[in-house]
Amino acid sequence: MITDWTLWLEWFVKALVWIFALLGGFAYLTYYERRALARIQTRVGPNRAGPFGLLQPIADAVKLIFKEELSPAKAYKFVFFLAPILTLVPSIIIAAVIPLGRSINVFGREINLYLANINVGVLYFMSIAAIAVYGIVLAGWASNSKYAMLGGLRSTAQMISYELSLGLSLIPVILLGNSMSMVDIVEKQSDIWFVFIQPVGAFIFWIATLAEVNRAPFDMPEAEQELTAGYHSEYSGMKFALFFMAEYQKMIVICAVMAVFFFGGYLGPGVDQYPLLGPVYMFIKIFLLLFAMIWVRATWPRFRYDRLMSFGWKVLLPLSLAIVFITATGILLADQTGNAMWMWSIPVASVIAGLIPVVTIYQALRRLSYERA
Amino acid sequence: MSALDPAVELIRGLWVTLKSMFEKPVTIQYPEEKREVRKRFRGRHELHRYDNGLEKCIGCSLCAAACPADAIFVEASENTDEKRFSPGERYASTYEINMLRCIYCGYCEDACPTEAITLGDNYELSYYDRRSAIYTKDMLLDPVPATAMLTPQKTEAGVFTRSVPEMENPKD
Repeated sequence: MITDWTLWLEWFVKALVWIFALLGGFAYLTYYERRALARIQTRVGPNRAGPFGLLQPIADAVKLIFKEELSPAKAYKFVFFLAPILTLVPSIIIAAVIPLGRSINVFGREINLYLANINVGVLYFMSIAAIAVYGIVLAGWASNSKYAMLGGLRSTAQMISYELSLGLSLIPVILLGNSMSMVDIVEKQSDIWFVFIQPVGAFIFWIATLAEVNRAPFDMPEAEQELTAGYHSEYSGMKFALFFMAEYQKMIVICAVMAVFFFGGYLGPGVDQYPLLGPVYMFIKIFLLLFAMIWVRATWPRFRYDRLMSFGWKVLLPLSLAIVFITATGILLADQTGNAMWMWSIPVASVIAGLIPVVTIYQALRRLSYERA
Repeated sequence: MSALDPAVELIRGLWVTLKSMFEKPVTIQYPEEKREVRKRFRGRHELHRYDNGLEKCIGCSLCAAACPADAIFVEASENTDEKRFSPGERYASTYEINMLRCIYCGYCEDACPTEAITLGDNYELSYYDRRSAIYTKDMLLDPVPATAMLTPQKTEAGVFTRSVPEMENPKD
């Protein structure tokens, strides 16, 4: 029984800070994405509203709030209303387990810079990420529209397929960190980031998360050319804004999780003396990872749907199984022989394992092109 | 060709987009910064004057006759030496172009015997209602040259008898 009311206050304030950070982050992520995409396409991007266009997200929000809310005549009204909420809520509560730093001293009280350090943080992340798909499939179904339905179905199939690789690519991290708690995983990376020990795992995680948040080149559920807007075709106004919000918040959260698992989270030079540097390092890492997402979107075209599926099941899943095995073997060898150099067999063997599908895909594609010729 | 080529190509694509990030944007910041129009651009019509301030338009309605969109309306009145608007007998007392109908074909320009109407450079033609889409004569007419007088002018009898001036054939 917790009777210390200041503890409740601390939790409340921290939760509030996270939620506002995510909401503000979402708004400015849209701005960041538009500006970065524009620069990549040698344009300028939004620069009219306020200095450097910084008020653009506010203008967008005002526009969306005042737009008319339409719902199709034969839509299942209750589910239609519920779906955006079901999509948004997981994208916010998923952030609860992400550590932003160690702890700071405020008025003689130790305050941990994370909301919850639960010992199954990785499982929590996986399960909440899986819930997000419900909102999308319900939105597609309740809209009573074929575009929305197909978008919802595609996105469910895609998310379920890539979730396997996502989960498996996290097992090396759990093995290396010897814990499922996010804070422990970050602390284990004080010597070396896990991305150097398991680069292929980081790469698979990256690909699977792109598919998980429906970003290009995996933005199949909302492929404009095929499905208008996919599962949110029938949504307008604030309900559409909720989907939009959920998508961008998921991007932020996924990048934060990626930073925690593979890029040392809040760790960085000087963070031992000044714990407040932790959130700063997290911000920098999230910022750079988000840029990578935008960069990929600006560069690569969308997958074809059958190739997306066969890539997920025939390439990523076996490969992630292989790296789980390789990581476990490497750790076992290092333990049994007592020689830590065996750990370096993990990246070497993983990269070799990663090259096998590259070669196999190349040969399969070449065979296809011979058949066509 | 090696088996790694597809992967290398993906990375090369990323490199191309990253490079283009540091190129100068091609955007022209429109209201502040305007691009010069082409030499033969057809924008809003202009009604010209002679150097002495008299209007070139003689109210002959040939532009209205040539207009395929029926956008031009001309009403002519008689000049007198006391109140002279243009050389010759008549001038356009009303000259209106409906900019919603105009297709900027430039036939009016071709039809004009005095080179009074030309299609100018102005392309910023926007209006809030249909009525203000009708451009009247005082909106289309060039300003009076600094050395000349406003029309109607009081002129000597027997000077401005010829409505169409002597001119060379157009060159461009």
